[in-house]
Amino acid sequence: MTEVYNLGLDAVTCHVWNEKHTEIALCPNNNEVYVYKQDAASWKLSEILQEHDQRIMGIDWAPKTNRIVTCAADKTAYVWSQNTEGKWIPSWVLLRTNRAATCVKWSPNEDKLAVGSGDRVISVCYFASENNWWVSKHIKKPLRSTVTAIDWHPDNKVLAAGSTDYKIRVFSAYVRDIDNLNNNESSWGNSTILGTLFAEFFSSGNGGGWVHDVAFSPCGTKLCWVGHNSSICIADSLKGNVVNRLFTEYLPFLRCVWLDCNFIITAGHDCMPMVYKVDESGKLSFATKLDNTQKKEAAGLTAMRKFQSLDRQARTEINDSAVDSIHQNTITCIRKLSKSRFSTSSLDGLLVVWDIKTPELMMNSLRIN
Amino acid sequence: MSKSDDKDPSATAFRNINVDLYSDNNFKEDDPDGGTTGPTGSDENEILLLLSQGKQAEALISVLKSAPLDCKNHQVKENARNLIQKVLLSIKTNQMDDCIAQLDRHLMDVLMKYIYRGFEIPNEGSSGHLLVWHEKLYNVSGVGSIVRVFADSKRA
Repeated sequence: MTEVYNLGLDAVTCHVWNEKHTEIALCPNNNEVYVYKQDAASWKLSEILQEHDQRIMGIDWAPKTNRIVTCAADKTAYVWSQNTEGKWIPSWVLLRTNRAATCVKWSPNEDKLAVGSGDRVISVCYFASENNWWVSKHIKKPLRSTVTAIDWHPDNKVLAAGSTDYKIRVFSAYVRDIDNLNNNESSWGNSTILGTLFAEFFSSGNGGGWVHDVAFSPCGTKLCWVGHNSSICIADSLKGNVVNRLFTEYLPFLRCVWLDCNFIITAGHDCMPMVYKVDESGKLSFATKLDNTQKKEAAGLTAMRKFQSLDRQARTEINDSAVDSIHQNTITCIRKLSKSRFSTSSLDGLLVVWDIKTPELMMNSLRIN
Repeated sequence: MSKSDDKDPSATAFRNINVDLYSDNNFKEDDPDGGTTGPTGSDENEILLLLSQGKQAEALISVLKSAPLDCKNHQVKENARNLIQKVLLSIKTNQMDDCIAQLDRHLMDVLMKYIYRGFEIPNEGSSGHLLVWHEKLYNVSGVGSIVRVFADSKRA
């Protein structure tokens, strides 16, 4: 079952859920964050978070500690936590950057957060209780352009970043005050120094355009990224960082999310989510499009429509710019809800929750088709 | 120029200097192989021989495989472009599908790059022929191939 919500917004640039999926925070392409609460079958606006001066670029919700972090083009980031009355109170994050903050993610343990910026730095931030604000340490080298995407490794100590210099890098994000030395065993590398470069990949052998999104697999051994050359790539740290690339025939993908260790969901300018399969050898292959929506106009009596159109508008062709999908514009954000559920938001203002069966079942249904 | 001129507070000559050029933050495009390795175009005589023998598809694959996309040398790129254009124009409309069927995904992307480059520098009747190429290639490789023409920094 696919649920489509129209919240009456012009565009949704990013969205995120709370732990129980009963609340959602989203940005309507401006400097505000709208928080909605589930109310029976619909969503009720519960609060508007206003602290940023410019457009919000990234948002993330820490499920266990129930905190929201937002970053914006005004070079700032805020961590929002609820007071006893349930009102969201911002606390300042000291980013120390001179350019827009472009992306933000909580670490899996929720004790650190990483903010990428146009200043060619990643700020790895943690809470300084004596001052009641978040301080940051910078990862600078060898970033040479705006950081467009970041993701945390499940072990809380490794960070991946995609950038407009056509490269993807894997760094150590070890912070001495927060992390302990124990079980510091990642397949990407070990270091107790923040910013140690573990790996560096070209978006593609031919340049390949800006990197739009990076994502570690749930097990943490593989890294997936999508770039503006319509490609999807996977690097495997267990196989000597070998990269498998798939150049697709679609418009570029903006987001990629691992459903489990074998399936990746991508979405972007083509307005519909697609599933890619990673096989045992690490090869990528197209699995299925999730959106089988047909144009509404196509249904019904086309001959009758044709004559109607001829009659009313004196033309034989129906001028129709609708796209063959639920979303009618670029998908800007994907969030995984569970192993079989995920949500997408897009520039047409729609929020869609997709419910898919387990991948095995999905593959079976494909075979029947 | 006298010393007093140098100190002239109304002097504006320094404003013509683009200070951004001298900033260490200035982004330099990475070029690990310096454009020295990689193919530098194919041998023209060899390709012309293939064409005269009627081995159009072979000639096409050969030129695309040795396309100097990596190369920074303008002359080398220009020669390769001319040669590939020559091959493309020599293949007739009804042979195109056969030729495209023999290309892998990577070579299709290379071909698309040269089709667009051909649009930039047209000669007598070339654009019409390249449009047919474009249509046939697009049917196979999709819009992704066109996106890569614009997104890739290694161009034809």
